[in-house]
Amino acid sequence: MKLLTHNMLTSKCIRGVNVGYPLVINIIRNMKLFTHNMLTTKCKKGVLVGYPLNIKASDIRISSVDFNPDFISKIIPKIDWPVLYSAAESIGHSENLPKEAPPEDYETNEDFLKIAHKALLEVEVVHGELVCPESGRKFPINNGIPNMLLNEDEI
Amino acid sequence: MFPCLKLRKIEERLQCIQEFDRPKVKLEQYVTPAHLGSHMLYTIQSQYGDIDGKLVADLGCGCGALAIGAAALNASLVVGFEIDQDALDIFQANIEEHELYNIDSIQCDVLNIPERFHKQFDTVLMNPPFGTKQNEGVDMKFLQVALKLSNNCVYSLHKTSTRNHVLKHADSLGAKGEVLAELKYDIPATYKFHKKSSVDIEVDFYRFVVSR
Ligand SMILES: C[S@@+](CC[C@H](N)C(=O)[O-])C[C@H]1O[C@@H](n2cnc3c(N)ncnc32)[C@H](O)[C@@H]1O
Repeated sequence: MKLLTHNMLTSKCIRGVNVGYPLVINIIRNMKLFTHNMLTTKCKKGVLVGYPLNIKASDIRISSVDFNPDFISKIIPKIDWPVLYSAAESIGHSENLPKEAPPEDYETNEDFLKIAHKALLEVEVVHGELVCPESGRKFPINNGIPNMLLNEDEI
Repeated sequence: MFPCLKLRKIEERLQCIQEFDRPKVKLEQYVTPAHLGSHMLYTIQSQYGDIDGKLVADLGCGCGALAIGAAALNASLVVGFEIDQDALDIFQANIEEHELYNIDSIQCDVLNIPERFHKQFDTVLMNPPFGTKQNEGVDMKFLQVALKLSNNCVYSLHKTSTRNHVLKHADSLGAKGEVLAELKYDIPATYKFHKKSSVDIEVDFYRFVVSR
């Protein structure tokens, strides 16, 4: 799931939920960072330090998508910026994204548009879950696809 | 004329799309045939320029024939909406096979798409379920959703026999419909209750322009 898609998703269809936005992203990691902080591969023959280990983020993927500045600058006004920022931050990819709002000259600011392009279209959540901020209902993300289906008794 | 991949190239792409394993009759799962899908996509891009650089939705994307074609034609992002997990698994495999990174998909009921998506898409594509005895009129419900999601236009297939109804319905929803082509659609023998090995049905290929 790309963050552009996340920016549009709500859980308003659940009975009793008024806004259902933004959905919280949980990345399911099997390893706590504390454990990671301790692990080395030093005992492997030939390895001197073996630290720190690269985290292989099978739960986040960066794919390369053609950069189209016109498209990005057209889509910016539709984006809930603080939501994009905190989504990116929560999965560790908020590099250089402005926190509050896009810069005023965003339409011509190519550096900014490239950063926004990456956050919106290239960073992807592969495994994790989305959590409704009101009801706590969890929606799994498997293989990059959020499952937003509701049971009949929830609608 | 807008820039466009060659028609043959699109058709080649669509020909190597993996199809439904065990198609579910209830969901009307059959793939848009490659020659038909490629003509649709070619027309949409070369005549109207409605794919390249656009935000595109595919409603009931199934294995992704239309979505993958649109992504290959350089849509900025295609979002596929589909209710069925098995179809989505095949869709995902097709995306990987075609090495396209400008596609995203959501598992949900098209009739339940969150309002925040309204007016976000430039172009909405669909080959909707036509409706059976149990869910008559589902294609009109898909059309209603499609018109809400789009800020520009919707391309869709509907049975020729329902043309007057479709055009009136679109009109009542504030959209202007136009039949771009009449096509023969051959639904394969995946449908056990069909006695013949395949049935030809006549469908219209529509372009609906949304009022702004
Ligand atoms: C005729 S097929 C078209 C598949 C694909 N778009 C193509 O062109 O090859 C219709 C698709 O709509 C899906 N579908 C049916 N009802 C649905 C609903 N309520 N919400 C989402 N998808 C639905 C089916 O699972 C099926 O994949």
